[in-house]
Amino acid sequence: MPESSFISIQGVSKHFGSIVAVDSVDLEIGKGEFFALLGPSGCGKTTLLRMLAGFEIPSQGEINIDGEQMSTVPPYQRPVNMVFQNYAIFPHLNVFQNIAFGLRKDRLPADELEKRVSDVLSLIKMEGFGERKPDELSGGQRQRVALARALIKKPKVLLLDEPLGALDKNLREQMQLELRQLQKIVGVTFVFVTHDQEEALTMSDRIAVMSAGKVLEVGSPEDLYEHPQTRFVADFLGTMNVFDGHIHARDGDSYIVDTRELGRISARIESQDFSKGEKMSVALRPENLQIVNSQSMTVMDGSISGVMSNTAYFGNSAQIYVELEGSDQPLVVSIQNLEGAASKAAHGNREVTIGWSKSSVLLLKDA
Amino acid sequence: MSKSSLNSSSGWLRSYTVIYLVFIYLPILFLPLFSFNDGIYVAFPMSGFTLNWWAEMVNQPGMHKALWNSFSVAVPVCLISTTLGMMGAKALTTYKLYGARALTGLFTLPLVTPFLILGIALLISFDNYGIDLSLFTVGVGHVLICVPFSLFVLLSRMESFDRSLEEVALDLGETPWMMFWRVTFPIAMPGIVASLLLTFTISFDEFLLAFFLTGDASTLPIFIWSQLRFPGKLPAVLALGSAILIVTVFIVIVAELMRRKGSANSTENVI
Repeated sequence: MPESSFISIQGVSKHFGSIVAVDSVDLEIGKGEFFALLGPSGCGKTTLLRMLAGFEIPSQGEINIDGEQMSTVPPYQRPVNMVFQNYAIFPHLNVFQNIAFGLRKDRLPADELEKRVSDVLSLIKMEGFGERKPDELSGGQRQRVALARALIKKPKVLLLDEPLGALDKNLREQMQLELRQLQKIVGVTFVFVTHDQEEALTMSDRIAVMSAGKVLEVGSPEDLYEHPQTRFVADFLGTMNVFDGHIHARDGDSYIVDTRELGRISARIESQDFSKGEKMSVALRPENLQIVNSQSMTVMDGSISGVMSNTAYFGNSAQIYVELEGSDQPLVVSIQNLEGAASKAAHGNREVTIGWSKSSVLLLKDA
Repeated sequence: MSKSSLNSSSGWLRSYTVIYLVFIYLPILFLPLFSFNDGIYVAFPMSGFTLNWWAEMVNQPGMHKALWNSFSVAVPVCLISTTLGMMGAKALTTYKLYGARALTGLFTLPLVTPFLILGIALLISFDNYGIDLSLFTVGVGHVLICVPFSLFVLLSRMESFDRSLEEVALDLGETPWMMFWRVTFPIAMPGIVASLLLTFTISFDEFLLAFFLTGDASTLPIFIWSQLRFPGKLPAVLALGSAILIVTVFIVIVAELMRRKGSANSTENVI
């Protein structure tokens, strides 16, 4: 939670006819945060962003930015600027004119204007590009111009709609770091929308995971990845083995859970409360599973045997798929490729035992 | 074998093209040719070179008046119909209007209605409302037939228009009014120029509606038509036609250059 709430979204809904795009969302975003709205396409994240920008008016609820009521303020009167998904660089203007577009009302003297624009040009490392026409720019350069055009307005909040979606993979990874650095330099609150969970994990201070118009969970990348509370979030962030189960009993610091695939297993109690017999889900990260062999000394809290059916080799690691008896869902196990461990493990249809510690078993409420 | 048949067919195509072009443009070339002919009959052999017809054309007071009348109808008509066309195109492309297709169909109705019928209908209407026939009523009729042309030229321009460009302008602090003038208008400019030239030309040489709706003032096409009754006046009409031809070719070239410049500028906004 941020100490002070800079953007406050309270009970905001948006209906388009009978479709509920955003469903009573509450969010508090702190000053200077790099905040991600993450979710699959159609989850309402872009509609929520457009309500922050002023392009949509909430059907219900209130939006406050820096203590000011914003819900019905038109876009051109908000202290907020947005970077569009396709960058929307004005085709009839050159780079300088694009960046200076929003400064018309400030009526700056020519030399002052020149200086402001060349300052942001150097911020985005595009000195000397002022005279270029948009069709002479690469995808990455257009993205920077779109950023500069918004940042020169010194907004209180910068909104970014899938800012890296249109770039190829290498450029995207480079821009992730650059955006992060840029945000540190200018200190503006960034709210960005993405469907790419890796991007959200890499770049954000906090993430709100959305599905079907609702915010399911809000937290730091570590929180959400390591301690997801809902099945959707557990599944959406990274790879996860999830199984249906129900609580058999509570035993000291652990719950005993019955599952069809893994049998009866125990899990360390964290914060959640379950009642006896409650239906819930059990989740295990692939990297928290190990192949147990006769030489290994580590004592496992739980284990299960199965037959290795498939391997996905990633170079630095590999994912092994283990077929469990009585289940059509394979158990995914990730192993580090230390001294060729992954390539050695990857051989054929042999039977393996997979083990885990009980602190790595996640208990998820069924939503 | 196949190569020679290809050659012979392209030979046919070439001669077809030449015949086609001659058929279309040769009669038009007779206009300037005979406007310099020293005789009143449009027939070979030509009898000698003269500039008299051009001089007579320039010195005809009736023609000056008709030319002026045509301009004073065509200029407001092209401005008004392009403005209306722009508003229509903007509305049809910006909003998901209920019945937009039916509406577009309705806009095209004046195009498919015979001008003869349109002329009579307008004549009756003006008469019923007690509006005297004048250049004003000609202008009203011309706006009616020019708006659909303008609408279609601008619709094709606005359909490829990226709406987020306008949203960026709003986002950067411009009101919808300034957004239009700083973003929408300049990007639609080639279409607007094309629409202005097209509607100007349509109004400038339109005869039927003008004939029905004008009072005692005549526009250039009506003036030319009235001159044709006197054989002695024909060569001067040819000179006038040649002058209009030259101006038209000039305008078309300018419009085409503008359009090319515009489309070269606008290709990159569709990422």
